[in-house]
Amino acid sequence: MKMFRSSKVIITLLTVALLFAFGTANVFAGKAVPKQKNIILATTTSTQDTGLLDVLIPIFEKQTGYFVKTIAVGSGQAMAMGQKGEADVLLVHSPEAEKKFVADSFGVNRQLVMHNDFVIVGPAADPAKIKGIKNAAESFKKIAAAEALFLSRGDNSGTHSQEKKLWKTSGINPEGQKWYQQTGLGMGQTLNVAAEKKGYTLADRGTYLAMKKNLNLNILVEGDAALLNIYHVMEVNIAKWPKVNAAGAKAFADFMVASKTQSIIKTFGVDKYGSALFFPDAGKKVEDLGK
Amino acid sequence: MELIVQGIIKAFQLIISFDPEVLGITWLSLKISGTATFISLFIGISLGTAVALTNFYGKRLVISLINTGMGLPPVVVGLFVTIMIWRNGPLGFLEILYTPYAMIIAQAIIATPIVMGISLAAIQNLSPNLRLQILSLGASRLQMVWVLIKEARLPLLAAVMAGFGGVISEVGASIMVGGNIKGYSRVLTTATVMETGKGNFDIAIALSIILLLLAFLVNLILTQIQQRQHPR
Repeated sequence: MKMFRSSKVIITLLTVALLFAFGTANVFAGKAVPKQKNIILATTTSTQDTGLLDVLIPIFEKQTGYFVKTIAVGSGQAMAMGQKGEADVLLVHSPEAEKKFVADSFGVNRQLVMHNDFVIVGPAADPAKIKGIKNAAESFKKIAAAEALFLSRGDNSGTHSQEKKLWKTSGINPEGQKWYQQTGLGMGQTLNVAAEKKGYTLADRGTYLAMKKNLNLNILVEGDAALLNIYHVMEVNIAKWPKVNAAGAKAFADFMVASKTQSIIKTFGVDKYGSALFFPDAGKKVEDLGK
Repeated sequence: MELIVQGIIKAFQLIISFDPEVLGITWLSLKISGTATFISLFIGISLGTAVALTNFYGKRLVISLINTGMGLPPVVVGLFVTIMIWRNGPLGFLEILYTPYAMIIAQAIIATPIVMGISLAAIQNLSPNLRLQILSLGASRLQMVWVLIKEARLPLLAAVMAGFGGVISEVGASIMVGGNIKGYSRVLTTATVMETGKGNFDIAIALSIILLLLAFLVNLILTQIQQRQHPR
């Protein structure tokens, strides 16, 4: 029976320890705690992988007392979440899909936040000889002609959509071709795969710069207007999904276009990578970008 | 090779310097997986013992199902739990998606069949005469069950360690229901996947080493309890 008693003590101690652990699992001190405290931000992998959100989110949380749950998936999945009302605000870069999203009344208040550009990267050996070509679609044609290995995101992300648009412009259908491989992974991982397999890929400059030191890929094509990578913030329409945190979404959207935030975006990455990773554009017209 | 060495050095640096973010991630991994294993321990051992000791129609089928549950893909569990607890799902009112609580639930679902299946086998392995012997000494049903559990301490602790091992190492469900949110639902496994995706291989390797160390320490303690010799 002595065994039984000491086991009881152990169990009690363990339970107390658990309750303690449970209790401290979620201590959150916000300033003026808003009514609906949690905001679900569905965004792309590039805003997270570059570290931009790691800088901006804490500032926003401190300012407003909201708790932002950043779910970094591709733009496609982010918008799918918005369509199901499982996200409150989106920060994505897939303009055609975004326009449809708003047209279908899933999103409201679509605002331009920032841009950077895509670059076509590949091995230094450049078997398809695309280095320096000004027209992105042209370089895609040359890659197809040389049947050079090309890695696609293949995940309906903003990058993937841009890539598909370029293939369409070039008049080539790469689906099913042996040299065209779809990873289904995020940008960082796709760059890793391309580096490993010495293939070409389309990447946003931000993620490429952030990962450059570990890759062995060079920028081969850049500067084409068709390579502009434009980010918008959209609030999910509360009329479609009543549980959406509309106040929180608006607060976040306002924060992203606020001048102080835009200044932070302007200098983000300069000290670490030598050039800014994103260019702030709030208030501008899309047509004026890159001019 | 150089990368692995870099990773080991990084792991050392992170541990020695008590890097707050890494400490936080490690502590959270332990809390979440520990709680989930604890829950699965109670449900798994009690249900496993109950099934082992009772005879009922369809017992073999139930045991097959439990054994299948041991191989339940964590990512499938993650998907189903997500669908249940997201805002517009049946349990959406709980508002636990993208929280550590959801991770504990998902991990408990993954670990429980493992603990149940092994406990079941452990109790079944005991000699049926033992049961009769204990009862003939005047023990109540509850006392008998408690003695049987103590007799099967070796394999039962193996069951707990298997359950813990299964969830401390899983990543699919944790990412889906937890959201890998910095400082809140980011654990060692999800952080490793993220750092790998970003190309920070040295950090990823360092986190892997820390995860292995954590698992080793926990299992060291559990093994001590398991292998402890009763004074006869």
